[in-house]
Amino acid sequence: MASRPTVQPARPLSPHLTIWKWRVHMAVSIVHRVTGHALAFGAVLIFAWWLAALASGPAYYRFFLDIVLSPFGALVGIGLTWAMFQHMGSGIRHFIMDAGEGYDLVTSRRMAQATFAFSILATAGLWAWILAGGY
Amino acid sequence: MGNGTQLGRVRGLGAGGGAVVHHWWLQRVTAVGSLILVLWFVFSLVRLPSLDYASAVMWVRQPIVAVPLMLLIVSVFWHFRLGVQVMLEDYLHGSKRVIAMLALNFYTCALAALALFSVLKVALSAAAG
Repeated sequence: MASRPTVQPARPLSPHLTIWKWRVHMAVSIVHRVTGHALAFGAVLIFAWWLAALASGPAYYRFFLDIVLSPFGALVGIGLTWAMFQHMGSGIRHFIMDAGEGYDLVTSRRMAQATFAFSILATAGLWAWILAGGY
Repeated sequence: MGNGTQLGRVRGLGAGGGAVVHHWWLQRVTAVGSLILVLWFVFSLVRLPSLDYASAVMWVRQPIVAVPLMLLIVSVFWHFRLGVQVMLEDYLHGSKRVIAMLALNFYTCALAALALFSVLKVALSAAAG
C-alpha cells in the first residue's frame, strides 16, 4: 500500500456501462445503487433533520415543516418516496436471488420489471393517500 | 477453528479473510431490519392525524414508537454505511478512498448521534411541552 507508485499504468478495464445493450435487469441494478445513495444522502438527512427539529422546539419545528411541506419539499418527498420503494423492491429481488431463485431469463426479466411497477404504483398510492388526507 | 488443515481453515473466507462475508451478511441483516422498520415508520407517519409539533411529540414520546425509531436509526444507518462503502471501493482508489471512507464514517456517526439524541430528548423530556 505504502510503496504504490503515484502514477499507475493504464490497465485494461472490464467492459462497463457504455458497451452493453441496456436491459431491464441492468437498469434495475444500477437504479438500486443510485436510489440507495439518494436515500443515504437525501432521505436520511431529512429524517435526521426532522428529529433534530422536533427536539429543538416548536418554533424551529414550524420552520422545518414550512420548508418540507412547500411545493418544492413535496416534489423532493415524492422523488425520495419513489427511491425508497424502488430500493425496497429491488432489495427484495436481491433476497430472492441471494436464495438462488429467479435466475432463468423469463423470471429474472419479470422480477426486474416488477420492481419498477411496484415502486411507481406504491409511490402513486401513498401520495394519493397523503394528498387526499389533506395534510 | 484452528485445528483443521491450512486449506480447511481458510475455506469459505474469500480474499477478505472473513471480513467480506461479514460485510455481506450484515448488509442482509440490516436490510431485513430496515425493510420492516421503514414500512412501519412510513405507514405510521401517514396515519398520524397531523404532523404538527404537538402531534409529532406525542407520537415519538410513546415507548412503542421511540424504541422502534431508535432501532430504525441503527439499522438504516448501518445499512447505508455498508452500501456506500461498496460504491467507494468500486470507484475510488488509494488515498482518495481512505479520505472518502473517513468522511463516510464521520457523516454516518454524526448524523446517527444527532438522530438518536433527538429521539431520546423528545421521549424523555417532561410532558409539559
